Amino acid sequence: MKQFLSFVRKEFKHIFRDKRTMLILLGMPIVQIILFGFAITTEVQNVRVAIVDPSKDISTQHIIDKINASKYFEVKRVINATNQIEKVFRHGEVDLAIVFEERFNENLNHTGKARIRLIADATDPNTAITEVNYATSIVAAVQQEMIGTNAVPIQIIPEVKMLYNPQMESAYSFVPGVMGLILMLICAMMTSISIVREKETGTMEVLLVSPMKPIYIILSKAMPYFVLSCVNLINILLLSVFVLGVPIAGSLVWLVVVSFMFIMVCLSLGLLISTIAKTQVAAMLMSGMVLMMPALLLSGMIYPVENMPAILEWISNIVPARWFISSVRKLMIQGLDVSYVLKEIAILTGMAIFLIVVSLKKFKVRLQ
Amino acid sequence: MEVGKAIITDRLTKTFGGFTAVDSISFSVDKGEIFGFLGANGAGKTTAMRMLCGLSKPTSGKGVVAGFDISRQSEKVKRNIGYMSQKFSLYEDLEVWENMRLFAGIYGMGDKEIIEKTDEVLNRLGFYEEKNTLVKDLPLGWKQKLAFSTAIFHEPKIVFLDEPTGGVDPVTRRQFWELIYQAADGGITVFVTTHYMDEAEYCNKVSIMVDGRIEALDTPLRLKQQFNTSTMNGVFQQLAQTASRNE
Amino acid sequence: MVTVNNLTKRYDNVEALRGINFSANDGEIFGIIGPDGAGKTSLFRILTTLILADGGTATVNGLDVVKDYREIRNTVGYMPGKFSLYQDLTVDENLNFFATVFNTTVEDNYELVKDIYQQIEPFKKRKAEALSGGMKQKLALSCALIHKPTVLFLDEPTTGVDPVSRKEFWEMLKNLKQQGISILVSTPYMDEASLCDRIALIQSGEIMNINTPSQIIADFPDKLYAVKAANNYHLLNELKQKADVKSCYMSGEYLHVTFKTENEPTIDNIKMHVIQPTIEDCFIRLMK
Repeated sequence: MKQFLSFVRKEFKHIFRDKRTMLILLGMPIVQIILFGFAITTEVQNVRVAIVDPSKDISTQHIIDKINASKYFEVKRVINATNQIEKVFRHGEVDLAIVFEERFNENLNHTGKARIRLIADATDPNTAITEVNYATSIVAAVQQEMIGTNAVPIQIIPEVKMLYNPQMESAYSFVPGVMGLILMLICAMMTSISIVREKETGTMEVLLVSPMKPIYIILSKAMPYFVLSCVNLINILLLSVFVLGVPIAGSLVWLVVVSFMFIMVCLSLGLLISTIAKTQVAAMLMSGMVLMMPALLLSGMIYPVENMPAILEWISNIVPARWFISSVRKLMIQGLDVSYVLKEIAILTGMAIFLIVVSLKKFKVRLQ
Repeated sequence: MEVGKAIITDRLTKTFGGFTAVDSISFSVDKGEIFGFLGANGAGKTTAMRMLCGLSKPTSGKGVVAGFDISRQSEKVKRNIGYMSQKFSLYEDLEVWENMRLFAGIYGMGDKEIIEKTDEVLNRLGFYEEKNTLVKDLPLGWKQKLAFSTAIFHEPKIVFLDEPTGGVDPVTRRQFWELIYQAADGGITVFVTTHYMDEAEYCNKVSIMVDGRIEALDTPLRLKQQFNTSTMNGVFQQLAQTASRNE
Repeated sequence: MVTVNNLTKRYDNVEALRGINFSANDGEIFGIIGPDGAGKTSLFRILTTLILADGGTATVNGLDVVKDYREIRNTVGYMPGKFSLYQDLTVDENLNFFATVFNTTVEDNYELVKDIYQQIEPFKKRKAEALSGGMKQKLALSCALIHKPTVLFLDEPTTGVDPVSRKEFWEMLKNLKQQGISILVSTPYMDEASLCDRIALIQSGEIMNINTPSQIIADFPDKLYAVKAANNYHLLNELKQKADVKSCYMSGEYLHVTFKTENEPTIDNIKMHVIQPTIEDCFIRLMK
């Protein structure tokens, strides 16, 4: 035990004395969270609007005028048929489509009710919500006006449809992504580099020849990075709650459990790389190519897994970050119960056990 | 520049912060001479050599190498010297002739000239068969001989050798020195550092650095007489014991 | 302390060890003398249980290097060739760390490392990266000794080190021997051979000769002459052409020459005298 503690102390010294690396490791998650946070704008201006107006009557014209007069909106297209809406969205010509039902004024005057559909491009969900809210409030204002002049009570019913992101995944879902990336970086990349460095300097030979059990060498190499990951995890959570205002909607305990499983997976991946790589550069490249790239591209952090081609979606199944990010999204952002992430937890646990066993087997008591 | 001198330095000094790595050294090396540059680890040899090769600017003092000022004409200095060290010699993942073509090309030799000379050099070394072998597949001694031939391929006026024979077997080490003699016979000045004291005897002149200063400079024979010992090792040991610097 | 029987090791297409045999006795300094690439490091790694041999057996203190690797690891000290300590830790921290790794403390075994450690103690708060080559070596040796090993494996401890530090290092080894530690040391410097009790000359994975340095020299079969001229290189080329010259090469300020004839040979205008061969002369002869 004394051996182990002294070894861990030594590892911490390595980390603390390399001020630049430590600054990057602790500073990067903070900077990333803040940058992503500011990149999300909630301000809307000059929203390009398409109008579908089959009734072409006095009421619809009034609403269109009001919309156009607002500083937020600008009518760009008038479309004749609803089936063209998809096309203008796809071409990126408009951000919002306003669809009036047929015989709008007639319905309003006879039944007191008329429908208006608001279709928004929700790839950026925050913006979409704001756009729709502004449009609805303009419609509501028009309705107030009409009530004033009309004897019968009338009601314009807005129906909202979000395109491309029907579940309205929150823009803050980058938080789980950043968590996944940082944990991967620290646990996998840094652990593998620090072990390979000892191979390069020849100290690993001496350690192997010492009575210290190889398992302790591994554990004490992984320990500091485990601690560092926990610090970063806490930092990210604190920042997202208090600076970005993203609440932890679900269970904090389960969030910690899932993160812990993911850390174990990453640590053993790092260990596995260290058994293969001979130089620090090789270790860095391997963890970059084998771990970071898939974690960035296939985990759903940037591109939703659901929209991937089948083959990529299939490959994404073996990317641990995918399961981690998905479960954190559910637990933290959507506030779902733990029963919704059982699959993710099971998969991560399985991966952790498998990788730990494999990497311990591979880390030999000898040099080759 | 004095006629017949390949290297002249005058109170050449290099300081790093408050630390004087090279402390006002003045010496000269004759053309075609084999000059041994000795000193304990940390005595300032590497720093001095870097200045002479035009890689690092002197803090003060003057140095002229191959007729060019090392502070103001470092690019011209580099064109007229060859360099080889134990640590870096050739690209391991290139073939033998590719290495020669690369370095000759760097020094601006023409293609036709390179091809002819490569064949000639490889034939003389007896390495012609290995022309298309990757350098990493050659034994260490061969690599060192090849690295030396590459360093003098463009016929520089001076060649700098930094511990060229470290770890090489005694037979190859001697073959290496025969190449050095050949080059010196052909008029190339050889500036060499080594930890093997018997190799110091092979030099025409030897300087020994202690704590950044040149404490002795003469032919091996006269140095041994001066220090009243029978080997260069004896001379070196006596001088190095006066060192006070720990790095 | 060490026995080696018919040990072989190959890497892909390189045969590092081609069936070597030797045994080193308790309490002696046994030198493995040979150039880079001779197989020294492979031999050391097999003996310190770091790699497995392809064929043959070896024991350290009577323990098998394959079966009993755990016990061997408890009793030996090892300084690998490229060993460079932890550059970002201080002298003190390095030593304390290795002491704990080997289940001991600096205080417990201070007696053994005292002589060596005292020389670097003034710099104990300095980081290892700021030490000179000679001091790094002393620190590395202290680290390898801190757990009081019975056998010490030193793989090229003096490579790239200046002659003064090398001399000091060998004096430290002599002291350690007197304290009862057996030492297996490798070196590419032939002049260090005479400082060992017995040596094995190794080249291309084969041992060419094993004996005491003085016996190896005594076994040199030819009369060795030293000659010298104003230009040794020209003389060398001249001698190489002569029919009765068996071998001729540079050695310090002289050329060393052996002849095919038993009679007193002569070379025009050159004085020559018979000298005692060095280990290097023996090595060169064996290489041919």
